[in-house]
Amino acid sequence: MREFMDGAEAIARGAFAAGCNFFAGYPITPATPILLRMLRELPKTGGVGIQGEDEIASLGMCIGAAMVGAKAMTATSGPGVSLYSENIGLAIMGEVPLVVVDVMRLGPATGGATTVSQGDVQFLRWVTSGGFPIIALCPGSIAECYLLTQRAFNLAERFRTPVFIATDKEMMSAQQSVETDAFERIEIIERAQAPAGAEFVPYHVQKLADVPAFAPIGGEHLTRFTGSMHDERGMLTKKTSAVDKTSHHLWQKVEAHRDELEFTRLDGQEGAATLVVSYGITARSTTEAVRIARAAGKRVSRLTIQSLWPVSENALRSALRGISRVIVPELNFGQYRQEVERVALSLDPRPQVIGVNRVDGELITPQEIEEQLGHCSVD
Amino acid sequence: MQIAPLEITTYRNLERAKYPFCPGCGHTFVLDHLNAAMVKLQLDARKTVIVTDIGCVGMSDQYFDVNAFHGLHGRAITYATGIKLANPELTVIVLMGDGGLGIGGAHLLSAARRNIGITVLVFNNLNFGMTGGEHSVTTPHGGVTATTRGGNLERPLDVCATVSVNGAAYVYRGTSFDQDLPDRIAEAIQTPGFSLLDIWELCTAYYVPNNKFSKNALLQTMQTLKLPSGVLQQAEHPELSRAYREEYASLRGKPVLPPEPIENKYDSALAATSRIVLAGAAGGKVRSTASSLALGAMYSGLWATQRDDYPTTVMSGYSVSEVILSRDEILYMGIAKPDILAVITPEGLTQVPRQLHAMDETQTVYIVPELADQIETRARKIVFDFERAAAGKKSLAVMTTAAIVRHANLYPLAAFREAISAGQRADIAAENLKAVDASEKIL
Repeated sequence: MREFMDGAEAIARGAFAAGCNFFAGYPITPATPILLRMLRELPKTGGVGIQGEDEIASLGMCIGAAMVGAKAMTATSGPGVSLYSENIGLAIMGEVPLVVVDVMRLGPATGGATTVSQGDVQFLRWVTSGGFPIIALCPGSIAECYLLTQRAFNLAERFRTPVFIATDKEMMSAQQSVETDAFERIEIIERAQAPAGAEFVPYHVQKLADVPAFAPIGGEHLTRFTGSMHDERGMLTKKTSAVDKTSHHLWQKVEAHRDELEFTRLDGQEGAATLVVSYGITARSTTEAVRIARAAGKRVSRLTIQSLWPVSENALRSALRGISRVIVPELNFGQYRQEVERVALSLDPRPQVIGVNRVDGELITPQEIEEQLGHCSVD
Repeated sequence: MQIAPLEITTYRNLERAKYPFCPGCGHTFVLDHLNAAMVKLQLDARKTVIVTDIGCVGMSDQYFDVNAFHGLHGRAITYATGIKLANPELTVIVLMGDGGLGIGGAHLLSAARRNIGITVLVFNNLNFGMTGGEHSVTTPHGGVTATTRGGNLERPLDVCATVSVNGAAYVYRGTSFDQDLPDRIAEAIQTPGFSLLDIWELCTAYYVPNNKFSKNALLQTMQTLKLPSGVLQQAEHPELSRAYREEYASLRGKPVLPPEPIENKYDSALAATSRIVLAGAAGGKVRSTASSLALGAMYSGLWATQRDDYPTTVMSGYSVSEVILSRDEILYMGIAKPDILAVITPEGLTQVPRQLHAMDETQTVYIVPELADQIETRARKIVFDFERAAAGKKSLAVMTTAAIVRHANLYPLAAFREAISAGQRADIAAENLKAVDASEKIL
C-alpha cells in the first residue's frame, strides 16, 4: 500500500503502535505536527493529550503521568530541549520511562525555525547536569520513524530512562510516497512490574546494572519517586555508600547494556577502502551518493547509524576495518565525526576521517558526498 | 458478619516520628494538621500521593506513608497535573513553599485556570529557609532578608487573589496557628477542582531573627497588607481530568490514524525523474496545488516528494513548493537544478535566483506574462498566455500547474483533477477544477 506522508505521521503511528497513552507538548516549529496529531488522536484510545503552558510543564506532566504507569511522549525542537534540560535530569535520576522527540532546527537560540539542521547531536548527549548516559535514536526514513519510535518506547520501558528520537525539520515536514505495507512492527515490551504481595522497595536492584521493578502511583504498592540522590527506598541520602551505589547504578544500567543499544545498518562492499558514516536525513543523500559512485565503478561502503547515543562502537570498529578513508556528512560542524575519530584512534592503521558539513539550512547534496568519494578504488 | 474496616489513626511514617525542621518552624504544625485532615477523610493511602517541591518543605513526603513524588524546584504542580490527568481517581496533594510558588508561578496560574483537581498547600514563611534566608515573592515590603539587607523594595504576591481570579475552586488563607486548619485542608482535598491554601508561618531560622518577627507580627503583617484570611473562594466548575474524559468520550474506539492508501489508477509516460518548483505567494494555494500535483503523480504510479518553504508568517510573503516525481523511490529531496520551474508571482521570483541561474537548455521555466522580462536564464522560457482565459489571482497556482502537467506530459490531467477532488474541501475543489478547465487555453 502506498501512502503520502511526513515523518510526523509515522512517528505518531509508531507511538500508537507502541501503546503511547499520554502526550504533553508545547507548540514549536518544526515539531508541532507531532503535537497536533497526538492531541487529536489520543482521546480515541482513552489516552490523554494536553498542551502545556510551556516546555517545562509539558515534560513535567509527562513525568508525572509516566509514574502513574502511562507510556508518555513529548516532542519539541532545540530551544524546547533547552527548557527540558532539568526535567531530563529528573527523569534520569527518578528512572522514568519517557520518549522525547527533538525535531532539530538551525540554532542557536531561535535560530532558523523552518530550517533543517543536525545541530543537536552533542547537545542531546550532554543535555542535563551530572554526565550520565543518554539513549538517542535517529531515523533516516519515514519507515524508520515508525520503527524507531516503537523501539524508543521499548528502550524507555526496558531501561526506565528518557529516550530521545533525534530527527529534523525535513524528515518531519516533507511529504513522501511510502510503501506502508513495509512498515515494520516490532514486539512491544512493557516495564517490569513489581510482583504483587511481596514487599516493594522502589529503587531496589539486585545488580547495579539491573533496572528496578516498577509500581505505579495508585497501584497495590505504596511507591516513592525522587529526583534527589537517594537510597533504594527513595529516601534522600548523603551516605557515601548509598550515593555511590545509586550513581553507579544509573551509569551501569545503560553502559553495561551498550550491545543492546546499537542499531546500525552496514551496506558493505567487498574491497572498499572508503566508508561513509551517516545518520538521519543526511543518510538519504549518502545512499544516493553511494549508488552514483558504485554505478561509476567505485568501491565504497556505507554505515547508517540509527542509534546516536550511546555511540555504536562495535559497529563502527567493525565497519572501519580495512578502511582508509571515512566520510562523515552532517548538517553541523562535525559533531558525530568526533565520535568516529575517537573510534578511529584505536585502530592501526588509523583511517583518515573527513567531514562534509553544511550549516546554511540546505541539505547536503549527493554530489557533495560523491566528490569526496573521488579517490575510491575503481573497478 | 461484616467486619468494619480498621480506622486509620495516622498517615505518618512511624519510622520517622520526628520532623527534621528547626525548633518552632511552622512546617511541623502544618504537616500535623495535614495528617489530621487525612485521618479525618480516611483517605486510601494507595490512592493518595504527596507531591513535594524543593526547599525545607520538600523533605516532607518522607514523613508520610502514602505515595510520594519529590521533583524539581517550582515544578511540583506540573507533576501533580500529569498524575491527576493520567489517573483522576487519585488524591493529589502538593506541598510547596513560597520559593516554589515564585519560580513556578506560570504553573500555578495554569493549574487554577485549568481547574485541575489537585490541592496545593503553600508553606508560606515569607523567605527562603533552606538556602539561607533570601527574599521570596511573598516577602513583605520592607522585610529584611539575606538578599534585602536594607528591607525588601518589592511588593508581595497575593497568591490567593491571583488563583481566585483565575478560576480556582477553593482558596483559603490562614496561618499554621489556625486550630481549624485540619478542617480547611480536608475541605480543600474534598473539592473536586483546584484548591489552594496559603498558610503563613514562622521561619525561626531566618525571618524571625532578621525581622524580630513573631506570631503577632505575622498576623499584624497580614492586616497591614490588607490580605483577607479564611475561606476566600468556593466555586464550582468542571474539573479538568474528568472534563477531558467527558468531552472526548464520544471519540473512544474511533480508528487512530487510519491508513490513507493511494491507488494507482492511471499511467504516466514520465521516463526520467522530474524536479519541479512552484514559486508563488503565500495564501496563493501554492502548497495545496503542490500536494495535488504529487497526489496526481501517485495516482499515476509515480513516487513523489513535496517540500514547502515559506516565511514564518503564513499568509504573507513567498511560498515555494518543491515536488519531485520519479519512477523510483526518491532519497535526496532537495532541488538544486529544477527540470521545471513555475514563476507564478513576484514574491516567488525573489526566492529562485539560484535555481534560475543553475538551469540549462534542457530545462523549462514557465512564467506569468508580467514577469517574463525579469527572468534571466539559459533554460527554455515559456510564457503563459492569459489573454484567452481569465486568470483569477486565487486560481493562478492551480491553473498554471494544470497547464504544466499537460504541457510537460507528466501524467494524465484526469489524475490531477482527481487529486484536487480527493484532497480538498468540496467548494474549494470545485473552484480549483474550474481553474483546471481554464488552463487548457493558456499554453
